[in-house]
Amino acid sequence: MSVRDHTDTPIGRLARWFDVRLGAAEFTTSKLNYVFPKHFTFLFGEIALYAFVVLVATGVFLALFYSPSEAEVVYGGDYQPLVGLPMSEAYESVVELSFSVRAGLLMRQTHHWAALVFMGAIFAHMARVFFTGAFRRPRELNWVTGVVLMMVGMLEGFAGYSLLDDLLSGTGVRIAYSVVEGIPVVGAWAAFLAFGGEYPGEGFLSRLFTVHVFLMPAILAGLITVHLALVARQHHTQFPGPGKSEHNVVGHRMWPTYATLSGGLFFLIAAVLTLMGGTLQINPVWLYGPYDLFTVTSGAQADYYVLWLQGLLRLMPGWEVRAFGYTITNQFFPGVLVPGIVFGVFLAWPWLEARVTGDRRSHHLLDRPRDRPVRTAIGMAGLTGFVVTLVAGSDDVIAATFDWSIVALRYTERVLLFALPAAVALLTYRVCADLSARGEPAAGPEEAASGPAVATAGPGEGRAATGGGGVLDRLAAAPVSRATGAWRRLRRALVTTGMVAAVVGALADRLRNGRAGR
Amino acid sequence: MSEPRGQGAATRWGVIAFVVSTLGSAGFVVAYAVEASPQWQGVALSIGLAGLGAGLVAWSKGLMPQGPEVEERPDIEPSTDEERKTAAVFTRGRRSIGRRRLFGSLLVAATGAFAATILTPIRSLGPAPRDKLRSTRWGAGVRVVDERGHPVAADELDVGGVLTVFPEGAVKSADDQTVLLRVGLEEIQPPPGREDWSPEGYLAYSKICTHAGCPVGLFQTDTQVLLCPCHQATFAVLDGARSVFGPAPRPLPQLPLAIDDDGFLVAGGGFSEPPGPGRWTLGRP
Repeated sequence: MSVRDHTDTPIGRLARWFDVRLGAAEFTTSKLNYVFPKHFTFLFGEIALYAFVVLVATGVFLALFYSPSEAEVVYGGDYQPLVGLPMSEAYESVVELSFSVRAGLLMRQTHHWAALVFMGAIFAHMARVFFTGAFRRPRELNWVTGVVLMMVGMLEGFAGYSLLDDLLSGTGVRIAYSVVEGIPVVGAWAAFLAFGGEYPGEGFLSRLFTVHVFLMPAILAGLITVHLALVARQHHTQFPGPGKSEHNVVGHRMWPTYATLSGGLFFLIAAVLTLMGGTLQINPVWLYGPYDLFTVTSGAQADYYVLWLQGLLRLMPGWEVRAFGYTITNQFFPGVLVPGIVFGVFLAWPWLEARVTGDRRSHHLLDRPRDRPVRTAIGMAGLTGFVVTLVAGSDDVIAATFDWSIVALRYTERVLLFALPAAVALLTYRVCADLSARGEPAAGPEEAASGPAVATAGPGEGRAATGGGGVLDRLAAAPVSRATGAWRRLRRALVTTGMVAAVVGALADRLRNGRAGR
Repeated sequence: MSEPRGQGAATRWGVIAFVVSTLGSAGFVVAYAVEASPQWQGVALSIGLAGLGAGLVAWSKGLMPQGPEVEERPDIEPSTDEERKTAAVFTRGRRSIGRRRLFGSLLVAATGAFAATILTPIRSLGPAPRDKLRSTRWGAGVRVVDERGHPVAADELDVGGVLTVFPEGAVKSADDQTVLLRVGLEEIQPPPGREDWSPEGYLAYSKICTHAGCPVGLFQTDTQVLLCPCHQATFAVLDGARSVFGPAPRPLPQLPLAIDDDGFLVAGGGFSEPPGPGRWTLGRP
């Protein structure tokens, strides 16, 4: 076929029209030939991306019906149990959207589910990148972009469900105000400026609406663009394997195989989200009732990507620091300081790790988590701590469901917040060291030779080649023979921790009479 | 590049998927038109989307080249030569600007001043806090009213009863909200100086949790505690709403009560401490 055959079709003529104006042919060729590595964990990021598309599509629809106003109205719509109740215009518009706008409830619930999936996919993607070392040079910037995306995503989700002005979300906003107010030195000013005055402030919902539908989506879209552009520029990482090296990418080409596959993935994700939105009830705000400054509800649960903060607020003992007439507030520690440290460590991680390992080379081949026992152990400890905070965030519901004492449960959680991550870290470290020592090398000697940092060469010398003799490697090089003994000790430690927790729980349960129960 | 396998099966599945998808999408339009429930709308739309997705995946996996394809990774780390070239261009430009120290300093000053003009309007977002966070409308002689504004008579609550109250004229005000309880008079163990704050067993505490500001609304009569449902801060009402469990660092501020000549509850003064969660200047006069 001659070149003329390609360019004389309608598509060809259209392409030519653009090429003459943009000189896009070369760029397009390279992108069509772009190779995506095959591994299911590479889909997490795409799921997040496509959930974002669904969020924008459904969100635009919702924004056309939502009314960001605190003005009090009396409900007179289709939902009988609320008829005659005073409520904010915002809450009324949400109830109307849910019951009186065709496809409104479908859109609302799909939007909410998509937000949960969006954050979940981000967490999964971030975990994959972390555990496989994909954040290492040259991808530090993209790691940072991703962490910021996650942080903005959390805020965006919180802002979104706070707009509804129902009893649950209104309580969440009250807590947010208190956390801002509790920041040392500038707290009161920050809260007054953010809310327009003393709680509940002036016109906060319209501010939140602008932030939720305009400011933060624009930031998210911008960051996503940067994130993807950086991936395209640097190309994907890949797991080591036959034919794969630091200098190539092996997998599907963008055109036609991957573009079609990924397009299909988009529709499948949209299908799942729509099915959930249609059939699985989420955030039925008409059951919670309108927000009211002095009414209260038990069993309030934040969405999980915020729930860990609620858990931290609960786990903090009733302390505050007073000196020279000034107060470092209780809520500052779990609400600002701890999250700040966590996000700070996230942002700095690529540099922290490079500092410890001394490995500052570029890496395009991924680690197997087992070959980096210390990193994997730290990651697992972090995830475990996250889970403990989630449990703490819903411990009132847990206590009520199982008829346990909230007091005993809370004290147990405080211990577990530190004990469980430590135990999991030790266990993970041992399992990794065991697996790594026993396992077959993932990459053949050929690949190991072709790249300077193939992580999985062999038990001994592979590690020596990996990290340049840093702390990680000295730790990972612990004799295998000790593993079995350590295994046993760990199992014993875990069982003991569990039993002690159970006994403490049962004892405190007995003693709860006269103290706060469920 | 390996040849695509199972083309027949992929085509078959693709055809089925696209047909089902078309039906599903049409079904959504019908469901919308007849105002079917969200469940039907969701299922139909989902089938439409899932069919499209499945068809595309089948097409890609069954009828398109599966590779593995190999692409050379672009070497993006620049050579020293390129970097030198960039540095030279940059330096040439900088030299042509010349060394104008004063000019440069003034530019920095002007830019800084301009940055301030960008930040200044942030001040428009809200009023200054001043003493708003510590002041309430409670004071000696202020009548206690319920959320409808009705004054609360001394026989309004039985022992074990609870009511949300406000200062007269400030119904539903966020920072004045107060929880009124009635307990057995002889059970109260008042902190020093508060012996006469609880006539006939009436106790009044700020309803704003000293932890994170939620309304402390659950009164458990069996254990005589007020419980905040947000983070389970628990306050013992009989001895000055002492914090007995959970994250609250301070007791709930107490409102002194009295009964006026008409038999209605009135405040005997302001709260014992400023209400609300902790803040930087909490301990300042």
